Amino acid sequence: MSSTFFDEVQRLRAVYPEPRSAVLPALRLAQERHDGWLPEEALREVADALDETPAYCLSIASFYDMLHLEPVGEHLVEVCTNISCALSGAQDVVAALERGLGVHVGETTEDGTVTLRTVECLGGCGWATVVAVDNHHRLHVREDDVPEIVKELRG
Amino acid sequence: MSAATPEIVFAGTDGGAVTDLGDYEARGGLVALRRALELTPDELISELNASNLRGRGGAFFPTGRKWSFVPKPEQNPRPHYLVVNADESEPGTFKDREIMLRVPFRFLEGCLIAARAIESTHVFVYIRGEYEREFDVLVAALEQMRRRKLLGGVTIVIHRGAGAYICGEETALLESLEGERGQPRTKPPFPAIAGLYASPTAVNNVESITTVTPIIELGGAVYAEIGPESSTGTRVFSLSGNVVRPGNYELPHGFPLTDLIHDVGGGIAGGRSLKAVIPGGSSTPVLTAVEAEQVTLDFDSLAQAGTMIGSAAVIVIDDRCCMVQLGIRVSQFYEHESCGKCTPCRVGTRWITQILKKIESGHGTHADLDLLLDVGEHVNGTCLCPLGDSDAIAVASYVAKFRDEFLAHVDGEGCPFEGASSLEGIVAPTDVHAAHVGPAQIARPLEVVA
Repeated sequence: MSSTFFDEVQRLRAVYPEPRSAVLPALRLAQERHDGWLPEEALREVADALDETPAYCLSIASFYDMLHLEPVGEHLVEVCTNISCALSGAQDVVAALERGLGVHVGETTEDGTVTLRTVECLGGCGWATVVAVDNHHRLHVREDDVPEIVKELRG
Repeated sequence: MSAATPEIVFAGTDGGAVTDLGDYEARGGLVALRRALELTPDELISELNASNLRGRGGAFFPTGRKWSFVPKPEQNPRPHYLVVNADESEPGTFKDREIMLRVPFRFLEGCLIAARAIESTHVFVYIRGEYEREFDVLVAALEQMRRRKLLGGVTIVIHRGAGAYICGEETALLESLEGERGQPRTKPPFPAIAGLYASPTAVNNVESITTVTPIIELGGAVYAEIGPESSTGTRVFSLSGNVVRPGNYELPHGFPLTDLIHDVGGGIAGGRSLKAVIPGGSSTPVLTAVEAEQVTLDFDSLAQAGTMIGSAAVIVIDDRCCMVQLGIRVSQFYEHESCGKCTPCRVGTRWITQILKKIESGHGTHADLDLLLDVGEHVNGTCLCPLGDSDAIAVASYVAKFRDEFLAHVDGEGCPFEGASSLEGIVAPTDVHAAHVGPAQIARPLEVVA
């Protein structure tokens, strides 16, 4: 697998005039291949493929919200609680998800299936509340829609 | 929505999306690109100057003038770059994603025309990482154009971000695109002189670039006839918050704000009354309900009212909202997104949040209210980019316009909404950081690699 990853990163690298530009796409790719987060091994693989140091890759990964340095559940549920969603009742959606999943915001269910987070503006303010399930945006989510989402995730 | 002015950005879509190149051409697409190939770069810039198109990302800088700052290849032989800012993340703003979804070819056509104007053969579209569908649509549209050999030797790379509001600031975006942490640079040099890879670079917003296409099609002078003189053309307004019909609406600049809320947006939801409007994204100063009735949506009218058109993101707030809580949530956003490079912003945004929380809890004093504004004044204008300023300016406007409500928190030793504010109980990402993530978890040393 790691040789394939290496080759894929070389293809990413070739897209850019400077190889360092491929760090972010390579980290995203590495995360996809490591259950949605970046363990040390993943940072080393990216570093090796781009002639960077693991420390450099960590410095980049730690800057961006979508890159995770701690394990996450199989599914990632992210609720926007920025102003427009909050004005439209995102709090109730968050509370319903906490009840339905049995975890607080920021936690992962005991069986490791779902991590629940709140996030900053997802750019869907007119379609509030926006809930991203594994990066796919669900729009107009209301408290009443939550049991269905929980059922799907538990499925 | 407004029968008087036709759509420009969304023209020919009949409310849907045009994602097939043949379909796009049948609806009048690609005319601008063919016309642009017959014009010289200088002629293209002249058309843009005639249109008086001003940047749709928030800064409202004249697009033609920005392009004219990019040196000619004989003045600077390094490669020239066009970088499109598709990192839309100003709270309240969701127009660029709809543009990319519905008119991807008009956008890509605009990229090719803009590249020609600045004599570039290399375009990077920096799209925010959270926009999955938009990325897929752009990749598919680009592939159709490549197969039709419409790119004419221009390389277009669609580069995905990974979640950082600050990367919408143009120099932070360039840093991020170079594989660095997305932290703003000192200016000058401006990107036109030394941008991506220290080469001449034009950075333009998605809506600006998409509007270039109809400008070349119609001619700059014809485009300039739409809207008031200082704010020509149409704008895609993102309407959100407590309205019946939130959504993106393309309207001419100069459209009355109250008509957008009541006629286009269907009025305040649930029969509530209007309390306040944020007219141009969370960074812009708030308007009271009375002020909102008097302004039109253009640069001059909003500037006279002490605010800005920004990214044209209109956030409507009804009477259930506690303005101290609004301040907390806005400040938490800037605190979360501060890149940490400049101390006043890194420390100040956090401090502003803490003072507001103290006031909301009923423990605030009159001195805290003064301190709140004082901290803001020391953040404003003291950093490399306007992120911290946005927090300070927004919060200061809430205090100025709703001072009685802030005083009621202090004098009444608590929130006068008594738990019934529409923003009660929001969990911001920064709330969770403080509660769940200790320093030991943040500092995860790497094993030394032999």
